Amino acid sequence: MLVAVTECDRSCRTWMRGCDDGSSGERGVRVVVVDSRDDVEHKARTDVLRRGLGVLWVAVRHEPRIFAVSVLGSALFGGLTVAGAYVIGAVTGRVVVPALDSGQTTAGALAAAAAVLLGVALLRVLGILGRRLGAGGMQFRLQARYRREVTRRYLDLPLSWHHRHPTGSLLSNANADVEATWFPIAPFPFAVGTVVMLIVATGALVATDWVLALVGLAVFPAVFAVNVAYSRRMSPRMTRAQQLRAEVSTLAHESFDGALVVKTLGREAHETARFGAKAVELRDALVAVGRVRGLFDPAMDALPQLGTLAVLVVGAFRLRAGAVEVADVVSVAFLFTVLAFPIRAIGWVLGELPRSVVGWDRVQGVLTATGSMPYGDAPAPERTGPAALELANVAFTYGETPVLRDVTFDVAAGRTVALVGPTGAGKSTVTTLVARLVDPAYGEVRLDGRDVRELRRGALADGVALVPQTTFVFDDTVRGNVALGVDVPDDRVWEALGLAQADRFVRALPEGLDTMVGERGASLSGGQRQRLALARALVRRPRLLVLDDATSAVDPAVEQAILAGLRASAQGTTVLVVAYRRATIALADEVVFLDRGRVVGRGTHAELLSRVPGYTRLVTAYEEAERDRERDRAAELADEALA
Amino acid sequence: MSAPTTAGDPTANEPETTWRTFVRGIQLTPELRAGLGGTLLLALLATAGRVVVPIAVQQTVDHGLRGAHGPDLGLIATFVSIAAAILVGTAVSAFAMNVRLFRTSETALATLRTKAFRHVHDLSMLHQQSERRGSLVSRVTSDVDQISQFVQWGGVLLLVSLGQVLLATVIMLVYSWQLTLLVYVCFLPLVFAVRYFQRRLAVAYGTVRERVGDLLGAIAESVVGAPVIRAYGVTDRTARRLDSSIERYRTAQFAALRFSVLTFSVGEIVAGLANAGVVVVGVLLGLDGQLTVGELTGFLLLVALFVQPVQISTEVLNEAQNAIAGWRRVLGVLDTRPDVPDPGERGRDLPAGPLSVRFEHVHFAYPGGPEVLADVDLDIPAQTRVAVVGETGSGKTTFAKLLTRLMDPARGEVLLSGVPLRDVRFSSLRRRVVMVPQDGFLFDATVADNVRYGRADLSDEDIELAFTELGLADWLDGLPHGAATPVGERGESLSVGERQLVAIARAYVADPDLLVLDEATSAVDPATEVRLQRALDSLTRGRTTLAIAHRLSTAEAADEVIVVDAGRVVQRGPHAELRRQDGPYARLHASWVNQTRSD
Repeated sequence: MLVAVTECDRSCRTWMRGCDDGSSGERGVRVVVVDSRDDVEHKARTDVLRRGLGVLWVAVRHEPRIFAVSVLGSALFGGLTVAGAYVIGAVTGRVVVPALDSGQTTAGALAAAAAVLLGVALLRVLGILGRRLGAGGMQFRLQARYRREVTRRYLDLPLSWHHRHPTGSLLSNANADVEATWFPIAPFPFAVGTVVMLIVATGALVATDWVLALVGLAVFPAVFAVNVAYSRRMSPRMTRAQQLRAEVSTLAHESFDGALVVKTLGREAHETARFGAKAVELRDALVAVGRVRGLFDPAMDALPQLGTLAVLVVGAFRLRAGAVEVADVVSVAFLFTVLAFPIRAIGWVLGELPRSVVGWDRVQGVLTATGSMPYGDAPAPERTGPAALELANVAFTYGETPVLRDVTFDVAAGRTVALVGPTGAGKSTVTTLVARLVDPAYGEVRLDGRDVRELRRGALADGVALVPQTTFVFDDTVRGNVALGVDVPDDRVWEALGLAQADRFVRALPEGLDTMVGERGASLSGGQRQRLALARALVRRPRLLVLDDATSAVDPAVEQAILAGLRASAQGTTVLVVAYRRATIALADEVVFLDRGRVVGRGTHAELLSRVPGYTRLVTAYEEAERDRERDRAAELADEALA
Repeated sequence: MSAPTTAGDPTANEPETTWRTFVRGIQLTPELRAGLGGTLLLALLATAGRVVVPIAVQQTVDHGLRGAHGPDLGLIATFVSIAAAILVGTAVSAFAMNVRLFRTSETALATLRTKAFRHVHDLSMLHQQSERRGSLVSRVTSDVDQISQFVQWGGVLLLVSLGQVLLATVIMLVYSWQLTLLVYVCFLPLVFAVRYFQRRLAVAYGTVRERVGDLLGAIAESVVGAPVIRAYGVTDRTARRLDSSIERYRTAQFAALRFSVLTFSVGEIVAGLANAGVVVVGVLLGLDGQLTVGELTGFLLLVALFVQPVQISTEVLNEAQNAIAGWRRVLGVLDTRPDVPDPGERGRDLPAGPLSVRFEHVHFAYPGGPEVLADVDLDIPAQTRVAVVGETGSGKTTFAKLLTRLMDPARGEVLLSGVPLRDVRFSSLRRRVVMVPQDGFLFDATVADNVRYGRADLSDEDIELAFTELGLADWLDGLPHGAATPVGERGESLSVGERQLVAIARAYVADPDLLVLDEATSAVDPATEVRLQRALDSLTRGRTTLAIAHRLSTAEAADEVIVVDAGRVVQRGPHAELRRQDGPYARLHASWVNQTRSD
């Protein structure tokens, strides 16, 4: 059994998360649908054996050839283990006993005995190589195959599905759960080989003497019974321990994620208590597992040994009856001794089945997840130049919470529209609808008059670039992050970086465009990351550019430079920009004012200012505040003067 | 391990020997030794039981089966009953040993887990950030699991195996010293082979570890970066990267397996050699009258008893590489001294009442970086509201971090009401000084629970009242379940601006004497921001407030503005005054006005 060295062992379920995250959702209760624990536990308890064997069968179907190799190796090994016992018996009976009884032997007889013993050892090595390399190869191939399938599914499933599943559990589905599923594969061929071996052994026993065979026939089923009882008892305990491992990991992850909050509010002791309580729960669960295992192991040791003793007693009777010879008894006794170890392989497989089944269920949860985002077959429009955008009666709901209601507006080709509204109004949701990260519950989003759902995969991304509010930086070079799969020359990358006001700091990086950024690369400030994300959008020369408060971490002077650059270069682009600042709004030909998920007003800035009080409150807030302050100050001065 | 970048880095400790790690590990987790004597005694009994069967076979063959008058049933019955009784005793001791071992080790490791968890929180912010989040998590999860696997499976198996080898050797010696010598000569080459393969194996495991890191990175990217991947249609690129890291991981796993299997195979061949040798030499010895048939047969069984633990030991030693590596990583965390330590008992409490701030010739640089703050020397009287402004990268956020002692200055000192910050007990500091960071991190709980994080004893009514006082009652009412609305993982069910609102409420209920706001409202709409600011102004009157902002609305409302440029304080004074001066502030403000006002 090889347990691979991993930073994150199979038991560590929830995994690292990227440094920043891109899944910013506007308001809405996320319904977290983790597979219901009770359900999983129930399933695991009822027929874990049958279901576990089903999973093993899947493995065999996927990798029949390599499985055949490893089972052959294992059977060879098993057969030779039995044969080895008989060889020892035969050597004792034909060479040792005669030699010692008669007081002489021949070199030939001794050499033959040695050669046979060595030959058996070499063949056993062959068996081991086949079995272990085959089993490992099979296990690793299955892991790789399912990791590919699971991650492929992640890429195919719509963002709304992602929203419903915690990041941690998605990471563990692709990693720990896949690993757990195929864990029993490592000892599986050994176990199958052992079964073959037991059959051979039984055959050999029967051939030797039917009465001695009865001992085997009593011991072998007992071994199976103990194994089955073990896996039944173990299953719920294992499931619980696994669940608690996940909880400990999730808790640690969240707590370390929020380390700054923990630190600044001095809540270390509270967090430690929270973690400690979970760690103790996990400890109790693991001790419960240990108690069962602690009983199983000695029992599995003792059974074949008791068998050996039984052989001696029965053998003595048979010897007296003249049915067998001393050599037969020795062989059979030896056979039971060597069987002790391989028989445990069966226990290893059965013992791992509960965990495997839980892992399989979780992996299947991803593979069979429905709710795909179907694409149409319309190609990207032939047209170049700016795109026209329309939202018609769009409604959107997060869980049960309506976020957008009957949103209708359009952005004519080449125009710039600012989307303005209070915090939590649904602006970010509009941008995700336009980039088709999610689909509306009702209504249509149209690009150049065509419902975006009719476009084929990739066609929308060819023309539309979204810069989200929170930026995601890939573990890649600056060039890789900006170009992101598009084949563009470096001068285009520099041009985009220049427009995003990012060229200066990129030039200052140790290796310029080749500097690694992202979690393990150079650390960038929030403003720098935003500018990189902006360059990523601009380098594509999109036909529709969607900016979701994409300069919030950039200071005013730099933002102004970015906006000036955009104004000069964005003539070929339609722009939808979420904005608070007047300068950004001033870029726009028109403003759409969104409040609590509805379009409350639309028109030029001046029109809205005169017509929509909410809009006026929002955009003149700073001036109002200043006026208030001046009024207060004047009053204070007046008071002082009076005094 | 003083440089933050190496905290818990497995390679940083590599020179440390396996044995030293083991000893240090036991030192740090003394609970592992609890009841060790009893456990070892039980292990000894369990091991002793293993030689019962070979001896019983030998005795039975020599005296029972091959007795002068045919098989002696009475004698055999005696032998077998004694052996069976010992076997049962062995099994019972093994069970008792296992249970003790599991209980002791799991208890010890739960403590170690919790200790390491606390230690991660005690590390400075810089330390924490220099680590990948995931690797910190594995310090308290999988790395500890690896230790437990070693302690429960490997460690004991190694001990038992060693005991078995010793015992087998002793009995083998009793039967025949010549044959024993022969067996040892056969096994000698194995020792060298094992050493060689283990070195190769360690390298192979290193590759596996590295590639699993890449794999996890690629998976995390595909999950966390999902929106960008979709928005930019780069599914194929991502899939390619995933496939290649999955495949590279697989080949590394297989390469490591090869070495482990090779070691085992060598052992198997050696065992074959030993068996053959024993038969040949044994017969010759027997002819010489030095050995009976029973003794030779027993010896052959003993060789099997000898081979098995040796084989197991090589496997365990291979596995031990993992366990020890895990242990080393956990110790790496525990041995990292927090570079911003809590003075604890020796420290002082902050004096009661409003707090004043003093920076005394403060310099600061990130490890290996240029100076971010240079010679900052300033006083902020108690009860003033100060805004720190400056361009991106000017060093203004550093103020907040120094003031809340997330970091210590490289030179100079920060004092609160005259007390050097390094001398202030964390219990006092964290109660009196609260910072709201820009990233409004929320825990996966309800809005109310998150606010209670600032103060645990608040009722739901108190929390609603707090929101009302902050002018956010409308917003709270608009949530589907009010204060009971779950915020989701990291607060992601709320918009970025909404998360900031909750973070401010959380700090507000903590009722600090010094409130530090680091771009705390950067994603909130202007109207809400102004409302919030006004509320905070009246509510925090009487305390000291330091706000870092690039929205200059904050500066306009402050009593005083501090302008930072390239790590130095370049201007300071009330907004109205600075605005009139010809300086960086006037320019910053002009571009701000330009952006926010109608012309």
